[in-house]
Amino acid sequence: MLWEALFLQLGYNATLVTLGACFLGVAAGVTGTFLFLRKRALVSDAISHATLPGVALAFIVMVTFGGDGRHLIGLLLGSAASAGIGLLCVSWLTRYTRLAEDAAIGAVLSVFFGFGIVLLTIIQSMSAGRQAGLEGFLLGSTAGMLWSDAIVILIGGLATLALVLAFRRPMSLVAFDPEFAAANGMNVARIDLLIMGLAMAVTVVGLKIVGLILIVAMLIIPPVTARFWTDRTDHVSLISGIVGGVSGYVGAGLSASAPNVPTGPIIVLVSFALFCVALFFAPNRGVLAAVLRHFRFQHRVHMRQGLLALAQGQPIYEKLTLRLLQRAGLARPDGVATEAGRARAAKALRDEKRWEVVRADQAFEGAAALYDGLREIETVLTQDQITEIDHRIGGPAGVPT
Amino acid sequence: MNGAEFVPLSLPPLLIGVFAAIACALPGNFLVLRKQALIGDAISHVVLPGIVVAFLITGSVSTWPMMIGAAGASIIAVVLIEAIRRLGRIEPGAAMGVAFTAMFAAGVLLLEQSDTSSVHLDVEHALYGNLESLIWLDALGWQSLWDPVALAGLPPELIRMSATLVAVSAFVWIFWRPLKISTFDEGFARTLGMRTNLLGLALVAVAAIAAVAAFDAVGSIIVIAMFICPPAAARLMTNRLEAQIMWSIVFATLSAVLGYLAAGFGPQMLGFSNAVSAAGMIATVSGLILALTAVFGPCRKRLGAPAV
Repeated sequence: MLWEALFLQLGYNATLVTLGACFLGVAAGVTGTFLFLRKRALVSDAISHATLPGVALAFIVMVTFGGDGRHLIGLLLGSAASAGIGLLCVSWLTRYTRLAEDAAIGAVLSVFFGFGIVLLTIIQSMSAGRQAGLEGFLLGSTAGMLWSDAIVILIGGLATLALVLAFRRPMSLVAFDPEFAAANGMNVARIDLLIMGLAMAVTVVGLKIVGLILIVAMLIIPPVTARFWTDRTDHVSLISGIVGGVSGYVGAGLSASAPNVPTGPIIVLVSFALFCVALFFAPNRGVLAAVLRHFRFQHRVHMRQGLLALAQGQPIYEKLTLRLLQRAGLARPDGVATEAGRARAAKALRDEKRWEVVRADQAFEGAAALYDGLREIETVLTQDQITEIDHRIGGPAGVPT
Repeated sequence: MNGAEFVPLSLPPLLIGVFAAIACALPGNFLVLRKQALIGDAISHVVLPGIVVAFLITGSVSTWPMMIGAAGASIIAVVLIEAIRRLGRIEPGAAMGVAFTAMFAAGVLLLEQSDTSSVHLDVEHALYGNLESLIWLDALGWQSLWDPVALAGLPPELIRMSATLVAVSAFVWIFWRPLKISTFDEGFARTLGMRTNLLGLALVAVAAIAAVAAFDAVGSIIVIAMFICPPAAARLMTNRLEAQIMWSIVFATLSAVLGYLAAGFGPQMLGFSNAVSAAGMIATVSGLILALTAVFGPCRKRLGAPAV
């Protein structure tokens, strides 16, 4: 069943939803990247909640003028208008009052959503039974998705992607260094508004599939996931698009293949699963990599200290040190150095003495700054320099030649 | 309106709304100043999976298991946010966004998967609450306020909410000095020997308690709005924390009373027959108050450069 869903064999509606969700995921992932890099991920929360009064007002207006209240484009236009007003409120509050951004986001989110709920109750009392489609905008509903809805999503998503592509350089510049961008003559406030406006466009487009509460996740989770895998902006937004697309595709497939599985939540959970994989297994930034790095560092410290102890004839009590030395064939179980161990220990002690000279000499200031007790001196100084230092240290004193 | 109608039908919801608003606004003051305002948003989203799990375990829609479930879920959410932030070295906002949306999605999925058709448990209820239905049927008029028999029939939400308000106020009262110092200058607080981490956690826990209790009575929307709007509006009125707290209590009370009255009687005045959602209206009024203070408040301007 699942394979059929993933290979688009489950009929017209399921295929439409799967492709739409996949495309929405790509658009949301790419757009969300800049919001995340600008450290404004939660602005999307305010934007998405602020769509509700627009949806409700659009419905009321369309019904009042005798139309079908559930016309998708009308509802989306309404939601875009109110989300835009919400967005302007957030940036006005943070620019012109002393409120911090999080307070502005929270205020806009709750007030707009609360007002939206007031409007929803008005609709309930207005024309009985005709508002069934509106609840779907809270959590998304894909059951009645039409070809025309899919086209709206496709065009909206494509336009958003094109804008992101066109403005990716100023947007990443502002995301990383707004002051430098301002010094270069860019209008930071306007570019910020563009970043948030694009997120708003994705939100509006995605309302139908995942609903306004969960679209936030599609804007936040893929970029956060992508950030684990790479340090380059363009790669982050590319991977983020892929993560979003995969979670949209797989999520919609899963939802089509089992009963009672709503599309929006399952898409979010798939992307959360991808996030967990990244959190634990990503190279360099992942938890596993950090643990391994810690162990490697621990081993190096223990080896170094163990060798120095061997060289100075001190007994080793630390069990881990002893085990490491033993495993490397440098010491016997009773803590006595082997032949190889004595050689390595002598080298370690000599290196320590060399470092001492380096750190005492102003001429080696640059190299001395790199001293951390673990670094091999050969990686910092040339052979000639080491020979010169050795010359200064001199040979063993008090030993007849 | 006479007492025979007002006391049983309007007084309890009005009081519950006011108590819930103040209980959320008190910790909200510190959360807004600490730039943690959105923790209330996160908590009110994760309440849903908490109550769904509690329902699945106990099989009934009773209050205490659900409140425990909600409290458990908010603790899990706080831990999860902190874990993601530390383990992944992600900025707090994004970590919050990842955690609460995933938990909310899990809650919706569980809700759809389980058979809840027989009971009244849905997403809308969790969001809007049901303030209007908390009526006091035993009351006959003002005199019932002194009648022990009638008082025994008070809606349990009212008693829970007032207990929560007392607990929250006690927390703020007892820890006033440490809270104030650590909010404004955490480094200084630490040099004085205060356990600022523990205090921050306690503040979030108190906020969670207020949120869970208020959610049960009035829904998530009021919770988020009351955590942020009255304290933010109060912040624009004054530079002193004591005065800010007082203003926030005034604003919270105003929002609750005006919002409730507007929801109950506004549509009738405009000629509609049905009342609108009181929770939504209270949030809207608190937003209007914030808008007024943002335009006219005496301390609305930021001193110094804006944050880029």
